[in-house]
Amino acid sequence: MANKHIDDATGVETVGHEWDGIEELNNPLPRWWLLTFYACILFSLGYVVVYPAIPMLSKGTEGLWGWTSRGQFAGELKDETDRRAPLMAALAATPIETLPGNPQLMEQAVAGGRAAFRVNCVQCHGASAQGTSSYPNLADDDWLWGGNLQEIEQTITHGIRQPGDDATRISLMPNFGKDGILTPAQVTQVASYVRTLSGTEQPSSAATAGQPLFATNCAVCHGPDGKGLRQFGAPNLTDKIWLYGGSAQAVAGSVSTAHAGVMPAWNTKLEAATIRMLAAYVHSLGGGEDFAPAPAAPATAAPAR
Amino acid sequence: MNKSPAPSQFYEKRRAVFPKAIDGRFRRLKWAIMAATLAVYYITPWLRWHRGPYSPDQAVLIDLAHRRFYMFGIEIWPHEFYFVAGLLIMAGIGLFLVTSAIGRAWCGYTCPQTVWTDLFQHVDRLIDGDRNAQLRLQGAPWGPAKILRRTFKWSIYLAISFGTGGAWILYFADAPTLLRDFFALRAPSVAYATVGVLTFVTFWFGGFMREQVCIYMCPWPRIQTAMLDEKSLIVTYKDWRGEPRGSVKKAEKEPEKFGDCVDCNQCVAVCPTGIDIREGPQIGCITCALCIDACDKVMAQVGRTRGLIDYATLEDSAREEAGAKPLPHYKLIWHPRTLVYLGAWSAIGFALLFALGTRTHIDLSVAKDRNPSFMLLSDGTVRNAYTLKLRNMEARPREMEISLHDLPGGVMWTDDMPRSAATARITRKVDADQILPLRVFVTAPTGDDTETDFAFELRAMDKEGGGDTAKTRFDGPEENEHD
Repeated sequence: MANKHIDDATGVETVGHEWDGIEELNNPLPRWWLLTFYACILFSLGYVVVYPAIPMLSKGTEGLWGWTSRGQFAGELKDETDRRAPLMAALAATPIETLPGNPQLMEQAVAGGRAAFRVNCVQCHGASAQGTSSYPNLADDDWLWGGNLQEIEQTITHGIRQPGDDATRISLMPNFGKDGILTPAQVTQVASYVRTLSGTEQPSSAATAGQPLFATNCAVCHGPDGKGLRQFGAPNLTDKIWLYGGSAQAVAGSVSTAHAGVMPAWNTKLEAATIRMLAAYVHSLGGGEDFAPAPAAPATAAPAR
Repeated sequence: MNKSPAPSQFYEKRRAVFPKAIDGRFRRLKWAIMAATLAVYYITPWLRWHRGPYSPDQAVLIDLAHRRFYMFGIEIWPHEFYFVAGLLIMAGIGLFLVTSAIGRAWCGYTCPQTVWTDLFQHVDRLIDGDRNAQLRLQGAPWGPAKILRRTFKWSIYLAISFGTGGAWILYFADAPTLLRDFFALRAPSVAYATVGVLTFVTFWFGGFMREQVCIYMCPWPRIQTAMLDEKSLIVTYKDWRGEPRGSVKKAEKEPEKFGDCVDCNQCVAVCPTGIDIREGPQIGCITCALCIDACDKVMAQVGRTRGLIDYATLEDSAREEAGAKPLPHYKLIWHPRTLVYLGAWSAIGFALLFALGTRTHIDLSVAKDRNPSFMLLSDGTVRNAYTLKLRNMEARPREMEISLHDLPGGVMWTDDMPRSAATARITRKVDADQILPLRVFVTAPTGDDTETDFAFELRAMDKEGGGDTAKTRFDGPEENEHD
């Protein structure tokens, strides 16, 4: 490395390194460049003092300004909460049945509900509210406990089969097979009959035998025609949607050992305004129902947004 | 430039450059180009262009908030950003083209660093006097007079810099409104921050860094080193004619011993980057040609032919040395590399023009829901959901109709109408210069197919008409999946 020499062409000394005949000139740095470099070093010293920088045994140095990324996040979160405060207040003051009369607030509620859904609901109901086996699809047009805004809000607020909540959705289907109310053969017959209601299975002798059993045991909740009763969350058995599976085996299983799905009462975790936004969002997914006295005129004649 | 620094030297002080004033044909060209470029920069935001009641009337406007780029009669939407990308590529290839054809003309005449450095150097001459006065002042000790003079000059620097930074933001919002708001302290903080940063950078780069930016910071001179060859037009000192140098007196005594260069050093004195062109082509030469003006003037005074320093290719210089006539400059364009650049540059240009001429002002895009890809309704029908975007790029509201194409039995409804109102056609009014997002649910008999290709068709309902089609897919369940 001692091959430093003055380069002929430029008159500049080389650094003494050589790679395949290529040498490096030892040109001095411009002064401003060097000063900028020193300025950066000074800046970094100041940075180390005022910001958290040096890792110690249990935790790092805290810095004179006391900045933390968590603190910054908390500040941003507070700003965002403050920014949304008027919307939340307006939502809290608006009964959900009057929400469709205020399209702008409705739009904001749906947008807020979309965000809240991703945090609180997707774990069971899926990213697009499409549900999965045992967890209902919220985007279709089939509802266990009712699909208008008020009913959805009620369900989210008080949950399903939540002990300790007086207004929770509650019902209990007997375990017809397991508890010996029906014999295994009778369970199969009822299941066959139920499947014929939606045209899933062709009528058969077993199904015919199941009909009187259905009338005696099932019609009280599911209705004489099998169309269900939302008061008890008794599903409509005549449609094509099967929460726990529609195969003969699955239906027979449901008759034998009843399902009783649960959902938390969200009023213990979320503000009323957030629940209202969630209800508006779920209602907007494509299966939302109108209130019984249908405000048909504005809905059908709805102009472009 | 060639003085070798002491090997132990750790850093090199900037050698301040005090270029002498000069007049000549290239200086006048530089004046003209400086006036033109500054005029374009400062006047453009104030030009108006009427676009009707729904669009801004600023001729050139980069509207980041509304994601529109206006340039006279052309309006670029974000989905047409390839126009901007194309223009940037053209600018890049254009730089190569210019370099290949006429050398570092960009550096010498039109680069903002050159233009503003030139401007600041004129301020120097105006306040401090020409080269010699500036040198004297530089060497003088600091006293009240020097402090006053420096403060005054730097105030002018700052005023010019503020004007530079201030004009920049006018391209991003309505210029008259923004200017009023700016001085009324009502403008957005990003405007003040931008002006602050650009003012500082102009002040520092134009007032103090100057040629250091070209020599140390800018990558372009290094790239040019690889692009220039003996066929490139550069500022050339014809050493075969000038050497050996000697004063007029010496040359009169022994004419055969001396060349044309009288070693007056005028070419060095006028150089804005402080180099000596007689050392040959070098990275510090921005080919501004002021040394040509200086040398021509001296040659005229001593009664010798002009062009000892001149725009010439190294090849031409050698040809001239051999006694042949140099090629005329226009022949430089028949250089294969130049023609390739010209071809690529014009091809992109024509492609952009073609795209611009044939683009439509109505557009439909469709995004299909894929999670889940379809949904079974209680009556057993299959529903697919789509998000449509109806783009109306005209400056007036338009009535548009969407229909389903190639989907037998298909009907649709939107999230603001009940399923009972499902229909095969939906009409909506799309506001001027706006996108209307529309959530659309479609049901159709699926039969045995698990997927059907079909298209949404968009049609404008006014007499100008026009439309667009967007292909997508209708998904259904596997047979017996739900049994």
